[in-house]
Amino acid sequence: MDNHDSHITSYALNFKVLLVLLILTLTSILVIKFHLGAFTVAMALLLASIKCTIVLTYFMHLKFESLILRLMVGGIFLLFAIIIVITFIDYYFR
Amino acid sequence: MNNQTSTAPLNYLNHQTGLWSWLSSSDHKRIGLLYFYCIVTFFLSAAVLGLLMKIEKVAPGQTIMTAQTYNAMFTLHGIIMIFIVVIPGLAAVFGNLMLPIMIGAKDVAFPKLNLFSFYLFFGGACLALYSQFANGHAPDTGWTFYVPYSAEASSNVVLALTAAFTLGFASILTGLNFIVTIHTMRAPGMTWFRMPLFPWSLYATAWIQLLATPVVGITLLMVIAERTLHVGFFDPKLGGDPVLYQHLFWIYSHPAVYVMILPAMGVVTEIFPTFSQKPVFGYVPIALSSLAIALVGYFVWGHHMFTSGMSYESRWFFSLLTFLVAIPSAIKVFNWLSTMYGGSVDLQPPLLYAISFIFLFTIGGFTGLTLGAVATDIQVHNTDFVVAHFHYIIFGGMGFGFFAAIHYWFPKIYGRLYHIRWANIGWGILFTGFNLLYFPMFIMGIQGMPRRYYDYDPKFQLGQTISTIGAVILFIGLITMISNLIYHAKKGALAPANPWHGVTLEWQIPSPPPHENFDEIPVITKGPYVFDNPYTK
Amino acid sequence: MSTTEHNSHNAHSEHSEYIDSDTGKMGMWLFLFTEIFLFGGLFIVYAVMRSKYGEDFHQAALELNAFIGATNTVVLLVSSMTVAMSLTAIQKDQKNLAIGLIFFTILLAGVFLVNKYFEYGHKFSLNLYPGSDVMRNLPHGEIMFFGLYFLMTGLHLFHVVVGGILLTIIIFKIKSGRINKEHFLLHENGALYWHLVDLIWIFLFPLLYLIT
Repeated sequence: MDNHDSHITSYALNFKVLLVLLILTLTSILVIKFHLGAFTVAMALLLASIKCTIVLTYFMHLKFESLILRLMVGGIFLLFAIIIVITFIDYYFR
Repeated sequence: MNNQTSTAPLNYLNHQTGLWSWLSSSDHKRIGLLYFYCIVTFFLSAAVLGLLMKIEKVAPGQTIMTAQTYNAMFTLHGIIMIFIVVIPGLAAVFGNLMLPIMIGAKDVAFPKLNLFSFYLFFGGACLALYSQFANGHAPDTGWTFYVPYSAEASSNVVLALTAAFTLGFASILTGLNFIVTIHTMRAPGMTWFRMPLFPWSLYATAWIQLLATPVVGITLLMVIAERTLHVGFFDPKLGGDPVLYQHLFWIYSHPAVYVMILPAMGVVTEIFPTFSQKPVFGYVPIALSSLAIALVGYFVWGHHMFTSGMSYESRWFFSLLTFLVAIPSAIKVFNWLSTMYGGSVDLQPPLLYAISFIFLFTIGGFTGLTLGAVATDIQVHNTDFVVAHFHYIIFGGMGFGFFAAIHYWFPKIYGRLYHIRWANIGWGILFTGFNLLYFPMFIMGIQGMPRRYYDYDPKFQLGQTISTIGAVILFIGLITMISNLIYHAKKGALAPANPWHGVTLEWQIPSPPPHENFDEIPVITKGPYVFDNPYTK
Repeated sequence: MSTTEHNSHNAHSEHSEYIDSDTGKMGMWLFLFTEIFLFGGLFIVYAVMRSKYGEDFHQAALELNAFIGATNTVVLLVSSMTVAMSLTAIQKDQKNLAIGLIFFTILLAGVFLVNKYFEYGHKFSLNLYPGSDVMRNLPHGEIMFFGLYFLMTGLHLFHVVVGGILLTIIIFKIKSGRINKEHFLLHENGALYWHLVDLIWIFLFPLLYLIT
């Protein structure tokens, strides 16, 4: 009924997470400048996914949530990835 | 805990009175009934439209309406039936009425949100109706809103799309509520595999509602943006791709078919053990096949698009996956039959409806495989064959599942018994009319009768006339069934707590249930279908 | 889980004031899933169109101001941290700090909106908006890109505004004591919603601004 058992994230951890996120943002901007050709988009998406995972884990407290919730979140992203892949079975071969 | 412990005869129907006490109630049972009355009203009006369309087709040429009126009618019929009746149908009505009771809870997880979703639903339904009459331009796109026509037609498409969006949002919130309810509010001792199978099917359904509906929501928004801002995503003139619309639309609308049928499967899964007085055969496979259908059903949307110009590879991929869905569906059918085998079968109206559910669902399912195979689909795509298949699944499946549910839980909901003989007669008329109406459409479809045409080649005269006669008989059956229920909801004999000798939790409390369902939350110590009578030893 | 199960039965009678926190949080997460799939539909369109018109997307993205985009990314990331910190503060019973941090978050949301105002304003001054004559005469891929740009950032903007309103409500509830050290479900859910706004932007930024 109340939130006694909730985990409290410290201010310091929140700040460190922000620093990491900012560094990753800077990296993705720099990476684009270097023109990696075909890898540019892949790189940008990879960095975005890492950032996304960090926000989910720390800011959104997933690390301290129940297993079932974590499985759900993972499943959602997996499901979305599968849908994109299946859509591209059409577009890639057309 | 609360001060309203029910004193003797007070129940959820009479513990508070007055219209406002209904409209503002967050009691899941009352909300379920509100949905029920709304949905039945809409069902009957859309059924009248269906009847009118059939009368139009009793003879070739224009009979009672123009082509444009006919187009508007099948659109309205489709929008009402799909978005207002069958998608919310079982989940919102019987899910709300029975789910909390069956898992031993006092209400759903978010009762106020539940009431809010009802009003969203109601608002969306009114908007859908309004879109038909505003400015005299009823939408004529069909319920699928295919571009490019839906992006160009001069009718009230935006209003209809907004209505569908609102209805979808209501459906999402109901699904959300049910998932959380099932996760957090099961009675102590009710593990996942001690949960009855109707809640299991609702759980699978709720996930589809939650995850598929937003995709159609954004798609409909894109069509609105297409019409108002000309963004051109689906317009080839601007570089867009109309087939992309079909992808997005069916990413939702195929899983939506399972939103319709899964709860119906759940209902008959409750009915077979009760009327056979025998534990359900293959509890775990039935429970898991619901999830399997929901999951695989998510990946087969492309089988609606075999003739739309998809790549060859994706056609065979979708065809393959479509055949895979047949496996969990068949598992359920065999388990239902095995449940009855060797039981003491009591052929009451709910069981009649449940058995005819299997019959009609099997026909619908097999013709579905015909449509799932690329080669035959190209032959019968966009013909009456598809319409017949669809109605066998949705009306024969979901519709008969709904009728089974109302006949099964009627004594619990109203505390009264209906007239068994009249219910049986109603079923007989309904079943006959149904097959007369839809079966000829399979044959005409194979012969090349296209769907959505108000006129036809004279060679289809015989089939069309039989079909129209079937529609009239079906309608008489509906009236018989409904008048029996309406009359006995007030005047019927008082029902005992457990008229069918069921063993799930809803039969262990009085009929009608008290306001908060249980005086004391039950503690569950065994599986849901344990019958302790001499027959099953 | 077992303690939660017992608790939740007491928590949901009509008379109880607070919803059980695990129940409420799961509800919020499920709602976020629908949001992900709502944007997901647009991401599918983006993926398809980009695979079709890679070169045009390249050209069109040059039109966007990557600097404003990057600024807004930083703004949202910082705001995500402040809202997470405000939750820490309320859990430690530092009421004023919590209010201050949320207020700062709303301020950052304001900065985001102002940036967007200038960004959109610039596009409109060039007559670059869906349905305009300028846009109609662009290469097909660029029409798609700008259509997606406006729809995706527009829908995101709508979420920023809704998130801002939600956070404002939370400030008032903290002031009135409805949200406190013991009961902060709404605060937690508001923060989750705000993080989602950030999460969507994390993908929008590279896909729209950085693929030049």
